[in-house]
Amino acid sequence: MLKSAKKAAGYIKSSVINLAGMRGLFRIALKLLVNDKGKFLTIIIGVTFAVFLMNQMTSMFAGILESSVSSVANVGAQMWVMDPSVETVANSIPLPDYVLDYVRSIKGVKFAEPIYFGGGLVKLNSGKYQYATIIGLDDTSLFGRPVIIDGNIKNIYESHAFIALKDANYNLLDSPPIGTTFEVNDYRGVIVALAKTATPSSGLFGIPTLYTTYSRATQDLPNTRYVMSYVILDPKKKTDIPYIERKVGDLGYLALTQDDFESKIKNYYIYKTSMGMNIGLMTLISFIVGLSIAGQTFYAFVLENMEKFGALKAIGAQKKELIYMLLFQASVVSFIGYGFGILLSSMMIAFAKLRVPNYVAMVNYTSLTIAFFMVLLIAGFSSYLGIRKVLKIEPFDIFRG
Amino acid sequence: METILKAFNIVKWFGDRDNKMYALKEISLEAHYKEILFIIGPSGSGKTTLLSVISGILRPNEGTVIVKDRNIWEMNGDELTSFRLNNIGFVFQDYHLFPKLTSAENVAIPLILKKISWDDSIKKALKYLEIVGLGGKGELPPYKLSGGEQQRVAIARAIVSEPDLIIFDEPTASLDGETGRQIISFVKSNLLNESRTIIIVTHDARIYEFADRIIHMEDGKIKQSDEWKGDMYEK
Repeated sequence: MLKSAKKAAGYIKSSVINLAGMRGLFRIALKLLVNDKGKFLTIIIGVTFAVFLMNQMTSMFAGILESSVSSVANVGAQMWVMDPSVETVANSIPLPDYVLDYVRSIKGVKFAEPIYFGGGLVKLNSGKYQYATIIGLDDTSLFGRPVIIDGNIKNIYESHAFIALKDANYNLLDSPPIGTTFEVNDYRGVIVALAKTATPSSGLFGIPTLYTTYSRATQDLPNTRYVMSYVILDPKKKTDIPYIERKVGDLGYLALTQDDFESKIKNYYIYKTSMGMNIGLMTLISFIVGLSIAGQTFYAFVLENMEKFGALKAIGAQKKELIYMLLFQASVVSFIGYGFGILLSSMMIAFAKLRVPNYVAMVNYTSLTIAFFMVLLIAGFSSYLGIRKVLKIEPFDIFRG
Repeated sequence: METILKAFNIVKWFGDRDNKMYALKEISLEAHYKEILFIIGPSGSGKTTLLSVISGILRPNEGTVIVKDRNIWEMNGDELTSFRLNNIGFVFQDYHLFPKLTSAENVAIPLILKKISWDDSIKKALKYLEIVGLGGKGELPPYKLSGGEQQRVAIARAIVSEPDLIIFDEPTASLDGETGRQIISFVKSNLLNESRTIIIVTHDARIYEFADRIIHMEDGKIKQSDEWKGDMYEK
C-alpha cells in the first residue's frame, strides 16, 4: 500500500516536473496560435458566441425558475403545509380549517398561520381591467408581510385596505399611489401602502400583487368551501422539521420546508412543462453552433500546420508533447472565449434588466458551470480532432513531401 | 576513420505481405566522422527511404542501424525520439519553418524540446543565426526572408543542439544554382568538424563536388559507393 502510494506520488511529481519543462513548448504553442490572428479570432468568436448563447439560455431559465418560486421566498416562512397535489404556489388547493388547528398542535411548531393565495379582477379608475394576485395575510400576525416602502403596515386594517407591491408589474395597475381607489371583484379597494419584496421578482406570469388581510381576502373574493391556501409556520428548532413533516403527512397533507417547496415548483416547470425541454434544446443548439465553429477552425489551424508538426516529430518532439501543445491551444481559446461570452451575456442581461423590468434572466453558478462544462467539451472535441490528425502524421511523410 | 553510422542489410518494403513493393534491398553502408556523404540517384531509387531508416524515422523490415554505437531500432519510441533530438539534426527539403514564429524562435525549437529555458534557447538561437550569416534577422518571420536565408534558418535549427549527425534532404531543390552552391560550400567549410558527419540526399549534380564520398542508388540498391572524383558523374 505504502509502496503504491509512493509510486503514485513519484508519478505525480514527475508529471508536474514534465509540465514545468513544457513551459517553452506552451509558449511556442501560444505564439503559433496568437500570431495566426485570423484563425485565433475566429475560434474565440465561435466560442464566445456559443458561451453567450448558452449562458443567455441557462440564465433565462434560471431567472424563470427563480421567478416561479419568488412568492414562496418573499413570504419567508420556514415551512409550508399544503395539499399533496399542489404543484406551484399559484395553484393552491384550499385546505380545511382544522388543518391549521392540527398543525398548531404539533409539538415543535413555534407558530403557524393561514395564508391566502388567490386572484382577483381589478377594475382600475381608467376603466381598464387587470388580473392581480391577492395575498391574504393572517389578521393578527401579518406573517409573510412584505417590506413597506411607503405608508404604514398598520393601515392594512383600515376598511377596504390593500397594499400594492411596487415591482416590475406595478405599472399594470396604472402605478397607483397611496389613496388610489379601485374595484376588486366588485368590492371597493383602497391602496394604503406600497411595498417591496425580498427577491427581485414577485412571480412568473407578470401579474401585479396586492396584499390584504386574510379575512378580507377570503370575504371579498369568490370562495370555494374551504378558503385557506396554505398554512405557513416556523418550527421551534430545525430539528423539529422531520417530526412536523411526519405528523402533517399522517393527516394526509404535505409539509415542506421553503427550500423543498421551491424545488418542487422548479421541478414542475423543468419536468412537467415544455419549458425545460425547449430551453435545453436551445442551449444544445448554441453548444452545437459553438462546437462547429470552434472545432472546424481549430481543425483547419492544425491542418495548416500539419507538416510543421510532422517536422517537430522528426526533430524530436514526443507525441505527448504535441498532445499537450494542442490541448493547451484549445484550452486557451476556449477559456478566453468563455470569459468573453460570460462577460458579454452578463452585460447584456444587466443592460436588459435596466431597460426591461420584467426581464427575468439571472446569471448564477449553475448557468456558469453549465457553460464552463460545455466549453470544456468544445475544447476537448476541438483538440481531439487536431490530436488525431497530428498523431497520424509520420515524420517520413515530411521527407516524402 | 571512426564510424558514426553503420547500417547492415537494410530491407524496407511498402504495401501488404502479398504485394510487397521493395524500396530498399539489403543495403549496407557506413558513414564516418568529418565526412560529407552524398546519397544520390534518380527519383524512386530509395534514397529518401534510406535517409529515413538511418535517421530513426522509418523502421526497416529487416536489418540493423547503429548510430554512435547504439542500435537505434532496438530503442522504444520515446527513447528513439530523444536520441534523434540529441544526436541528429534535420534540414528538410521545404525547410518546414513555422511562419508564425520568428526565425530565432524557429531555430530555438530543438533547445526548447530539450527543456532548456526560453531565454537561454533564444540567446543560443541568435548566436547560431549569426553563425549561418543571419545576424540581426532573428526577429523576422521566415516568410520575410529569401529562399537561401530560409535554408540557413533551417540549417541553424539543425545545428543549434550540436548534433553529431546532420541530415539534409534535397537542400538545394528550392534554390537557384548559385545560392545552392553557396549554402553547401558554407555547410562544408563551417559545419563539418572532427565530431560531425553530414549526409545529404540530392540529385543536384552541381553540388556533387562538395561530397567526400558518394553513394549512388538505383532500384533500392547501392549501385556504386566511392570517394568523389571530379569525373565521376556528369554535372
